Amino acid sequence: MPRRTDIQSICLIGSGPIVIGQACEFDYAGCQALKVLREDGFRTIVVNSNPATIMTDPGFADATYLEPLDVEGVASVLRRERPDALLPTMGGQTALNLARELHEAGVLEELGIELIGADVDVIARAEDRQLFKDAVESCGLEVPVSRIVTSIDQLEGAPVPAVVRPAFTLGGHGGGFAWTFEELVAQVERGIAESPIGQVLVDQSIKGWDEFELEVVRDRADNVVIVCSIENLDPMGVHTGDSVTVAPQMTLSDEAYQELRDAACAIVRAVGVDTGGSNVQFARNRDTGEIRVIEMNPRVSRSSALASKATGYPIAKVAAKLAVGYTLDEIPNDLTGTTPASFEPTLDYVVVKWPRFAFEKFAGADTTLGTQMKSVGESMGIGRTFREAFDKARRGLEIDPNWRPEGLHPWFAAELERPVPTGDVVFKRVDSCAGEVEAASNYFYSTRNEADEARPEPGKSVVILGSGPNRIGQGIEFDYCCVHAAQSFRALGFEAVMVNCNPETVSTDYDTSDRLYFEPLDEEAVLAVLEREQPVGVCIQFGGQTPLKLARAIERAGYRILGTPYDAIDLAEDRERFGTLAAEIGVRCPAWEIADTPEQAAEAAERIGFPVLVRPSYVLGGRAMRVCYDGGEVLAAVRTAGGTVLVDRFLERAVELDVDALCDGRDTYVAAVMEHVEEAGIHSGDSSCVLPAPSDSPVVRDVVRRLGVALGTVGLLNVQLAIVDDEIYVLEANPRASRTVPFASKAIGVNLVDAACRLAAGASLADLDLPIEPAHPAGVHVKAAVLPFARFPGADPVLGPEMRSTGEVMASAPDFPTAFAKAERAAGRGLPASGTAFLSVCDADKDGVIDVATTLVGAGFALIATSGTATVLAAAGLTVAEIDKDAAVADLIRGRKVSLVVNTPEGRNARRDGWKIREAATIARIPCVTTLAGARAAADAIAGADTPTAIPLQERHATARTP
Amino acid sequence: MSGYLLLEDGTAFAGQSTGASATAFGEAVFTTAMTGYQEVVTDPSFTGQIVSFTAPMVGNYGVDPSRDESSAAHATAVVMREARGPGWTDWLVERGLPALTGIDTRSVVLHLRDRGAMRAAVVCDGRTPDEALAAVLAQPSMAGAALAPLVSCTDAYAFSTDGDIRIAVVDYGAKRSIPRRLAKQGAAVTVVPHDTPADELARYDGVVLSNGPGDPEPLDAQAAIVTELLGRVPVLGICLGHQLLARATGRATFKLPFGHRGANHPVLDRVTGRVFVTAQNHGFAVEAADDPAVSEVSLYDGTVEGLRLPELRARSAQFHPEAGPGPHDAWRIIDEFVAEVRNAA
Repeated sequence: MPRRTDIQSICLIGSGPIVIGQACEFDYAGCQALKVLREDGFRTIVVNSNPATIMTDPGFADATYLEPLDVEGVASVLRRERPDALLPTMGGQTALNLARELHEAGVLEELGIELIGADVDVIARAEDRQLFKDAVESCGLEVPVSRIVTSIDQLEGAPVPAVVRPAFTLGGHGGGFAWTFEELVAQVERGIAESPIGQVLVDQSIKGWDEFELEVVRDRADNVVIVCSIENLDPMGVHTGDSVTVAPQMTLSDEAYQELRDAACAIVRAVGVDTGGSNVQFARNRDTGEIRVIEMNPRVSRSSALASKATGYPIAKVAAKLAVGYTLDEIPNDLTGTTPASFEPTLDYVVVKWPRFAFEKFAGADTTLGTQMKSVGESMGIGRTFREAFDKARRGLEIDPNWRPEGLHPWFAAELERPVPTGDVVFKRVDSCAGEVEAASNYFYSTRNEADEARPEPGKSVVILGSGPNRIGQGIEFDYCCVHAAQSFRALGFEAVMVNCNPETVSTDYDTSDRLYFEPLDEEAVLAVLEREQPVGVCIQFGGQTPLKLARAIERAGYRILGTPYDAIDLAEDRERFGTLAAEIGVRCPAWEIADTPEQAAEAAERIGFPVLVRPSYVLGGRAMRVCYDGGEVLAAVRTAGGTVLVDRFLERAVELDVDALCDGRDTYVAAVMEHVEEAGIHSGDSSCVLPAPSDSPVVRDVVRRLGVALGTVGLLNVQLAIVDDEIYVLEANPRASRTVPFASKAIGVNLVDAACRLAAGASLADLDLPIEPAHPAGVHVKAAVLPFARFPGADPVLGPEMRSTGEVMASAPDFPTAFAKAERAAGRGLPASGTAFLSVCDADKDGVIDVATTLVGAGFALIATSGTATVLAAAGLTVAEIDKDAAVADLIRGRKVSLVVNTPEGRNARRDGWKIREAATIARIPCVTTLAGARAAADAIAGADTPTAIPLQERHATARTP
Repeated sequence: MSGYLLLEDGTAFAGQSTGASATAFGEAVFTTAMTGYQEVVTDPSFTGQIVSFTAPMVGNYGVDPSRDESSAAHATAVVMREARGPGWTDWLVERGLPALTGIDTRSVVLHLRDRGAMRAAVVCDGRTPDEALAAVLAQPSMAGAALAPLVSCTDAYAFSTDGDIRIAVVDYGAKRSIPRRLAKQGAAVTVVPHDTPADELARYDGVVLSNGPGDPEPLDAQAAIVTELLGRVPVLGICLGHQLLARATGRATFKLPFGHRGANHPVLDRVTGRVFVTAQNHGFAVEAADDPAVSEVSLYDGTVEGLRLPELRARSAQFHPEAGPGPHDAWRIIDEFVAEVRNAA
């Protein structure tokens, strides 16, 4: 059946900020979908609050809206654009939930918008536990014995051990495992609070059963294909996102596998997904062969991204085409060009995925793996054998090579006893058909001691090194940069070659580059690719820290680094060298020293003067960074960090600026000056920031200009500055792409990565046709961070110098209060319009809190405060109720008697005062502000925000360009 | 011990012997099925063939007698990237099958894909490539090989006796999955030799022409029996049985360059417009004339995948609706056939 002609415009909902359970895989899916829909002549509209995504680049859709992903935000876009159809299956659970809410709010009906890909009934049948159970049982299959619970009173006689799963949450969020009835009650309470419909499922445990997933695609003619099978090494009980997984499945016989295949097809039909990709998860008892259906997602998913990369079958692309009416036999397979999408992939290699965790960031958090996903990223390895793939996926992760999952199937246990293969590296093709059909596929992986299939022409390519698995501090922003780099070098006439091992990403879409090498980002693997490619140059400035670490090895092997050379990177990162350079060009840095032992550090701190910032000499995302107020704190911090540390003077109450600039080695173009909303001391990745920066000035820009040239930067430069008493200090200079590049590019309407690539390829700034400096955008743009505290009960949800956010959102408006309020909404912590504010601030913030409280009272808020804060507020003439016990406050929060919490902690260690209050707020999802500057911005936004208007990026940029 | 796969064009692929210490000859072919190695090797259609698996690891889940598609191994040798044991490799040794592991099977596939299936040897007894090549070149080619009579049963036997209808499976090298599926649908199934006369076949309520090895072209006697049978009882042809139905109705067959062997081949049903994923294992195909009787086609290379001859109460499938190994999507063809027989009886 051909494409539908009754729809012309389609709106796609993205998945919003990166959170645990929803990462780049939906950018990958959304990009593929937008691409094929546009190619097919549809007008495309995309809504996503995440500026670091490729899909929100103005070139990817006809209209791009960076709006909050809530009913109000999406409805405003739909009202303005009036699309014929809404495609909710590319944006994870966020998009599916929104589609359901838009339907329930009557918006879709009012505007006559059709849901394509999955309708409301399908979404309900897959997500509502009872409906899903009915659908599964209608196929003669079973779900685990379970009951649906909406209150703890319904738990009598419930089975233990049990698994608790809240309905409609991300990555099983709010779920967990309970051995005893008491644990069950606690889990169910949390689950009900997490579920937007207050419903949880209590499942009889099938812990220890083997776990399998099948990726299924169905078209409107009821044709079904299985794209991939995935087997979990960690058996049931560990969330599949946290499991080491392997594709294709390794341990099932044909009859056992076909039973799952039949079951998956039947379930997809029973749930009624008539177009698109779905994922079905099964538990299987190894001894008896019994099967239980665990869950089904009627949309693309993290697993489907993995399956796409594992097989070369682009599930999201196919799903998008199916949603507009094509059938599987009509869609060609890109890799072969001659077979259709109904040809099921067959693999002649093995794929293993490893999760990447970030527990080191969340002191106090429970690190036990369970049904709630906790990993922040993943790494995929392809090899000719399981052993080889397992090892390739693990390379680059800091994991004990002897670690084995509990309850491992004996087959895997035996395989892992075998040695890792060694020998000559060769490259083989991923072609989706095991070589049966001649494929001009550009997708390669390495193995050893076999014939080689990659035969690039030397001297034609630019190799771009990606950033590997997502982690806190190095996420999708760098993938955005790498994808743009590939596009730019292609446009410049080079062959763009990508090396990366993160299966979620757009960079590892074989469509992004001329050749893709799915390889670990370590020296051995990267040098093998370079040896094969003999490239014109290597790009390391777009993938964050990971490729920078390889810079020296790359140069030593005789390859050319395009743009900023290794020496400039070293100059910026080596404190001694950088200190000398700063002094030479008259740029001020906070006083600093290097110390090798805790005692040396404490002495250095005395000389520098407290407070000081202590951190390891090479840092990523503020890892192990601590602000210390006395010698004892310094000793403790150095012991935690280990090794050589930097001790910096910490500038209290400073205004912090983040600057992205371009440099051609002779001149510097200051592209974007962003100001942190929170004061210095909060990691730049966790701080909100605003562009244009109120503290931007010619002096600031001059400092950046001097640095760019002195460092020898060719390409992107990020500088972090602090201003105290009109004095400008340089905190850090990084001659590479920064986390803020996508946000800045979208705010000012200049593609900074493209500009950097052209500089790296030899252009000068004058060649680039950049807007005249300062390139101030129309309106005010706010970036806000999204923090995963709700995932890590036990960790203190307070901001600090160590970065802990997983993602970010962007909001634009004519003024700051409106933009800030919108950004907070987009970050999932919308500010209350009224109610009661609870205030408890440290002594240093006592004066400043009066303003905040006054603004809140003016906006109609009642105030509650702890005694010290209450005294100050009462003295300022404000009416305030006093409350003193943390536990009493936590009760008020749990009872939702408080709608805003402002709590700036005294003391600087974990579990400091008030953390029970902050934890209660996190669990109750009540906005909790932990800095005074943040509180001021929140109060101003509550009092002064206007109703925001949705304006597409394309229109904003056109306005910005018009003088 | 080392061993190698030697193709008739002189190309050799070195590996280690993991089966019997012997040399075996046959047509080198490959299958892309990722599961079902035991079913593949015991499928009589692989008679005279050296099977290379594209799946990189073979033997993971051991062996089980219930998975045998016949009473013996029929492939002459097995070629693998990585054989996993001990269940599977012991099984190969017990059956006297030479087998190689550590072979760059992807290179084997690309070679066969580009140059076509060809005569070959798996050498695991230390003989030199020169000796082996001379022996390979002395082997008969698959084109023109009449192999079905060699693997057919010689006496009819009852596969299942319970059932309200009686179906005969003509054994040209039948896989057990065919009578098993028929029995599952409630038929009493008798497996009969390849040369069973048409009059005898016509005494059953329905006849299934089974799969089998080799070239359909020299099987004139078998095709003649089918011609004589057609129209008298419902007939379903599978794989070689499909090719014989074609020949019995005046259609020609030809040898494919390297065949279709796998569990992922999409087939379009021209009547319903539906696509189903099929198990396939054939080196020959029916000529694609502009033939209204062609009811199914391959979405992979457009070759004929099925015939429907309602006036003769016959239909056929080039693929394997019985699966074993492979997807069950086309089980319904067998189920529909049983239903049709039941209605007619």
